[in-house]
Amino acid sequence: MTFLAPRSDFPLLADTPTLHYLDSAATAQKPRVVLDALQQFYERDNANPHRGAYELSARATERYHDARATIATFIGATDADCTLFVRGTTEAMNLIAYGWGDAHIGAGDAIVVTAMDHHASFVTFQQLAKRTGAEFRIAELTDDGRIDMTSLRSMLDSRVKLISFPHVSNALGTINPVTEIVALAHAVGAVVVCDGAQAVPHLAVDVEALGVDFYAFSGHKVGGPMGIGVLWGRRALLESMSPWQFGGDMIEIVGDQVTTFNTLPHRFEAGTPNAADAVGLAVACDYLTALGMDRVRAHEVELTALLLDGLQLLDGIRIFGPMHAQERSGVVSFAFEDVHAHDLATILDEHGVCVRAGHHCAQPLMRRLGVPATARASVWVHTTPDDLHALMTALQHAKSLFADVALR
Amino acid sequence: MSGLDELYQSIILDHNRRPRNYGEPAVCTHRASGRNPLCGDEVTVWMNVEDEVITEVKFVGQGCAISKASSSLMTEAMLGKSRTDALAMFDRVHELLTGTLDPMAERKTLGQIAALGGVSRFPIRVKCASLGWHAFRNALLHPEPVPCTT
Repeated sequence: MTFLAPRSDFPLLADTPTLHYLDSAATAQKPRVVLDALQQFYERDNANPHRGAYELSARATERYHDARATIATFIGATDADCTLFVRGTTEAMNLIAYGWGDAHIGAGDAIVVTAMDHHASFVTFQQLAKRTGAEFRIAELTDDGRIDMTSLRSMLDSRVKLISFPHVSNALGTINPVTEIVALAHAVGAVVVCDGAQAVPHLAVDVEALGVDFYAFSGHKVGGPMGIGVLWGRRALLESMSPWQFGGDMIEIVGDQVTTFNTLPHRFEAGTPNAADAVGLAVACDYLTALGMDRVRAHEVELTALLLDGLQLLDGIRIFGPMHAQERSGVVSFAFEDVHAHDLATILDEHGVCVRAGHHCAQPLMRRLGVPATARASVWVHTTPDDLHALMTALQHAKSLFADVALR
Repeated sequence: MSGLDELYQSIILDHNRRPRNYGEPAVCTHRASGRNPLCGDEVTVWMNVEDEVITEVKFVGQGCAISKASSSLMTEAMLGKSRTDALAMFDRVHELLTGTLDPMAERKTLGQIAALGGVSRFPIRVKCASLGWHAFRNALLHPEPVPCTT
């Protein structure tokens, strides 16, 4: 299983044979079928959905509609109308904060996030707390990078109206116990928001089985285009919410003074929809379905184990998150005592190895880890042991470059 | 020299490992902090200016080898300079980092600063190398309220 998707499936990788792309957690490379679908949409089906009373527009509407159905199925949602298109996870979080939070959260209430929340949810709900006067609580982590369930339990009481956590941590790779957290949260009546950005590309996700109330992910990390993402929500919640953006498409009847709004999903999709990218994302989901999400997971577990084994051989390295591949995704953050992450990234880049270096949009987490930045390597369907070997060679070079100074 | 060897010259690695003039002074007349929110690098520069001459420059920072070494080199280069000469030096370093000043041709006048010439081949690292210099310039021209007067 160490080889899954051929490099030739990805035009960018096929064109740059010496590139070792280990930054899929930031954004995934795009399969050729996705790029072809975008081209095809604009060449054959392009018209404004929901508007024209002509065949071409009807076709564009149908493609958009079908894309939603495909993506809903991919994440286990039986009610496709509850699968809303947004720009990405960040916009999904803002939709929840403005569409649900402002109406349901007030002074005296509490919001719980975790120390491993991405800024997309952390900052959005921190600001929601600020606007509404709610208390903002942060569940702490264990030393091996998991949500500290004791800390989390201690924060859940009847004042908590909303809890947010990532399905998979973008900086630690930890796969969180979603159903366990959902049970605790629902026991106190809190609405559960789960950030699936780092899960959907790597694990078979079934939003209904997970039991969450909202689930969000970004299309570009799944191999789809940038600028499209999904917020899935429970119908009763979505129907109880006011729209947060207004304009065309989301209305029913516009009076001079009063407007009534469209049904789901349209009431949350103001303006011309991003139909082409929705179609592209659906094709990306189909691509992964064809590979088989179980095989994707098996492939990544195997590579993650190789990656962890390789990194552990390096002197002075600190690896963050759980140390067993089965308990984490293929995102591995690490730091050296003597080589800063940005210097690593530059040296690795000269070896054709792309990794992320920085705070990973998780500054609260970096503070808790006690590091200003980490380097992060991440694997996906096209990653091979050869890519990991290139990483190890480049890391050795970085180590020796910085070690030499003591001898000079 | 390969690009990497030019970037990580021994002078740079040495100043990274043993940054000069590192730490907060007991007394100072000028201070400014710089921050690069995208990568999280930060630096604070303190100095004492007497009769238009920089008599002390110190810094504390958190960041990559390039930003730390560059700040350290900055403190050595600026010490003893007049305000005018210091600002002229800033402009020359800016040219050096952005590749419009040839470090080989200017080696004599630049001294150790020439070691920063390798940065120009790595455009994404220019902001790392310039962080301390910008903080210095801000401290000189737009000093933040100085807390260290005990």
